[in-house]
Amino acid sequence: MNTKPKIAQIEMAHGAGGKASRRLIEGVIVPPLANRTLQTLSDAATLTIEGARIATTADGFVVKPLQFNGGSIGSLAVHGTVNDLAVSGARPVALLATLILEAGLSGEVLEAEMEAMGAAARACGVEIVGGDTKVVEHGMADGMYVSTFGIGAIDERLTLGPQSVRPGDRVLLSGPIGDHGITILLARGELELESDIASDTRAVTPFVQAMTSVAASGIRWMRDPTRGGVATSLNELARDAQTGIVLDEESIPVRDAVRGACEILGLDPLHIANEGQFLAILAPEIAEAALQAVRAVPGGEGAALIGEITTEPVATVITRTRYGGTRVVDMLVGDPLPRIC
Amino acid sequence: MKYVDEFRDPELIERVAREIRRTVDPDYDYRIMEVCGGHTHSIYRHGLRDILPQNIRLVHGPGCPVCVLPMGRVDDGLSVAGQPDTILTAFGDMMRVPGTKGTPLEYKARGCDVRMVYSPLDALRIAQNNPEKHVCFFAIGFETTAPSTALTILRAKAEGVKNFSVFCNHVTILPAIRAILDSPDMRIDGFIGPGHVSTITGCRPYEFIANHYRKPVVISGFEPLDLLEGILMVLRQLRAGQARVENQYRRIVPWNGNGAAMRALADVFELRPYFEWRGLGFISQSALKIKPAFAQYDSEVRFELPGVRVTDPKAAQCGEVLKGVLTPPQCKLFGNACTPEHPIGALMVSSEGACAAYYKYVAKPVEA
Amino acid sequence: MCLAIPGQIVEFSPEQPLLAKVDVAGVKRAINIGLLADEPLELGDWVLIHVGFAMSKIGESEARDQLTMLAALGEDAQAMEEVRGYTFAP
Repeated sequence: MNTKPKIAQIEMAHGAGGKASRRLIEGVIVPPLANRTLQTLSDAATLTIEGARIATTADGFVVKPLQFNGGSIGSLAVHGTVNDLAVSGARPVALLATLILEAGLSGEVLEAEMEAMGAAARACGVEIVGGDTKVVEHGMADGMYVSTFGIGAIDERLTLGPQSVRPGDRVLLSGPIGDHGITILLARGELELESDIASDTRAVTPFVQAMTSVAASGIRWMRDPTRGGVATSLNELARDAQTGIVLDEESIPVRDAVRGACEILGLDPLHIANEGQFLAILAPEIAEAALQAVRAVPGGEGAALIGEITTEPVATVITRTRYGGTRVVDMLVGDPLPRIC
Repeated sequence: MKYVDEFRDPELIERVAREIRRTVDPDYDYRIMEVCGGHTHSIYRHGLRDILPQNIRLVHGPGCPVCVLPMGRVDDGLSVAGQPDTILTAFGDMMRVPGTKGTPLEYKARGCDVRMVYSPLDALRIAQNNPEKHVCFFAIGFETTAPSTALTILRAKAEGVKNFSVFCNHVTILPAIRAILDSPDMRIDGFIGPGHVSTITGCRPYEFIANHYRKPVVISGFEPLDLLEGILMVLRQLRAGQARVENQYRRIVPWNGNGAAMRALADVFELRPYFEWRGLGFISQSALKIKPAFAQYDSEVRFELPGVRVTDPKAAQCGEVLKGVLTPPQCKLFGNACTPEHPIGALMVSSEGACAAYYKYVAKPVEA
Repeated sequence: MCLAIPGQIVEFSPEQPLLAKVDVAGVKRAINIGLLADEPLELGDWVLIHVGFAMSKIGESEARDQLTMLAALGEDAQAMEEVRGYTFAP
């Protein structure tokens, strides 16, 4: 085939979770592999094996630095995959982990990361039942990369997906946004900003389970807004569901320090990555009960209803400011870059 | 956040908005230019157009240093990134701005050492930490940013740093405003003056706009309350038939500016005879150049830069948008050929550019 | 065109007189105060920060005056309208 490649070369933006990532996945990665399960492009794939339905997901973790305030690559690798299962309406059961280790990585760091993985898995009630280990030459990886594969049992009470979303549904956010992304940005040290802010990396399973137990039939869709932030997840939903989404700016929880860092750097908290939050679209009649259920779980106190699904404008997310102004919230283009002007 | 939240107070905002409605002549179409891209960004981010009466049109001015930088200059800066043992440093704003062979981020993806910095002093520190490499800082910005570059060059000299230079693209806002005022197809009733530039220059340099061109100028801050009050002050002058320079942003802007910063500018820089502005063409005495006494810190002296002029496609109507003749969506390329991901015209390249701000916050995003 | 943000001075550096540490909503950074050489600065002062430099000292009384003035904005006009309303009310 002598056709022009769809992407000239891989740029960092292709990994940032925004529009470029979407083009990479939909343009280059999916077509040659096409099948009906893959086509849904959901966080987890549902398989039916001899009548039993299971959810599967895989996730790769590359983070610099490996250890940061509030977590590390080991705990992140467990939480990320557990969360992908949880927001897909599955109870996480087991993980497999592949480690890519760079020659020169200190044994101390590796041991600490394995401890972190073990501790996070136990806390989530999942077992890491297998995996693979490879070593690459010095300079070929940032210390270590982890890839985790997860299996979950599908919760038959839930019917999730953009097709279930209706105008009038409410948008629930589980807690303050941007903690993880800002922590990592600061931990890299290039910006020389100091703060005691910590990553929010955690499993969202307890919150999802609490919500499911009171309101399973009214939960329409869930997602963990990681790379690209809340703005990107909701734009994808608006596009897939062919609805509008109107957010109430004031109700979106953001910690002071995250807001401060975003003001200094000219970033929008809605574009910043999270590793311990989820978004849920809820039928209006159960939204309040679901919110109370999430808030009752320790760590869920910051949850809020932040907006609602609308008919118009189709495939668009809008924020309403406190004083009656509106603006479109677009998907992130590439990585969030600090700006001076 | 102190000095931020108070100026986003909904009750006060409604009060000023009500006063604006009371002050406007409903039968007149107002065209007020906000000179600064920061104002443009703020207007869209806070949805202020929804609050203003329909007959006040905000025209987005030339105050976006990334937007007005010609592509040839971007190429010149990026040519440094291709040299051996060189680190190119730039603000995040520049990282996605395309030259003819790609953006700084794409150069980085190809293996060039391109690093983002928050401050010019960070670039200097990278030079001090990498004595075997040369570190070039791609400097952009108006009078607000130029003093920081000046102090960084003075510091480099004081500390005897030999492996550091600045590719200077600092521009000055007043000649651009004058160029717009002199343009035959422009019609602007009054100006919202650039708040942060004025912390350095003070308010006096704008007096020619009031005295010679008889247009009100109100130096304004960037919070919603500041911008609305600035607009109200312009409207009041118009209603009274006045044309004066007023300072809405008194908590930040001293009437006489910042003397220490002006001295640093005068020590390190001199005016270029002329400089090309993307969308506006060549404007005389509109940009800064590093003085010969600091030639060793001038990338244009240390490196042989290509210096090739790259013209924008004719179809891009940036100049008309900059002068307020067209609104962003009236340009033929807006939203189809020209998007923030693949900008063709100047005003789409930076998030502060009028077209990028309009696309991001107002237009329904068009999926590529 | 220039993103700048208010921060409060929380620390001076005895070894580096040109640096001060500022706090913005709990995020701290050392910034250069060389551009405010003409201005006496004290702990607790608020300054406007741009690309790692303090550009301007923020005037607390100017800010307060502005807010007070805006809070009273339109009161006269409103009072006038109310008076007129009373006058013309049947």
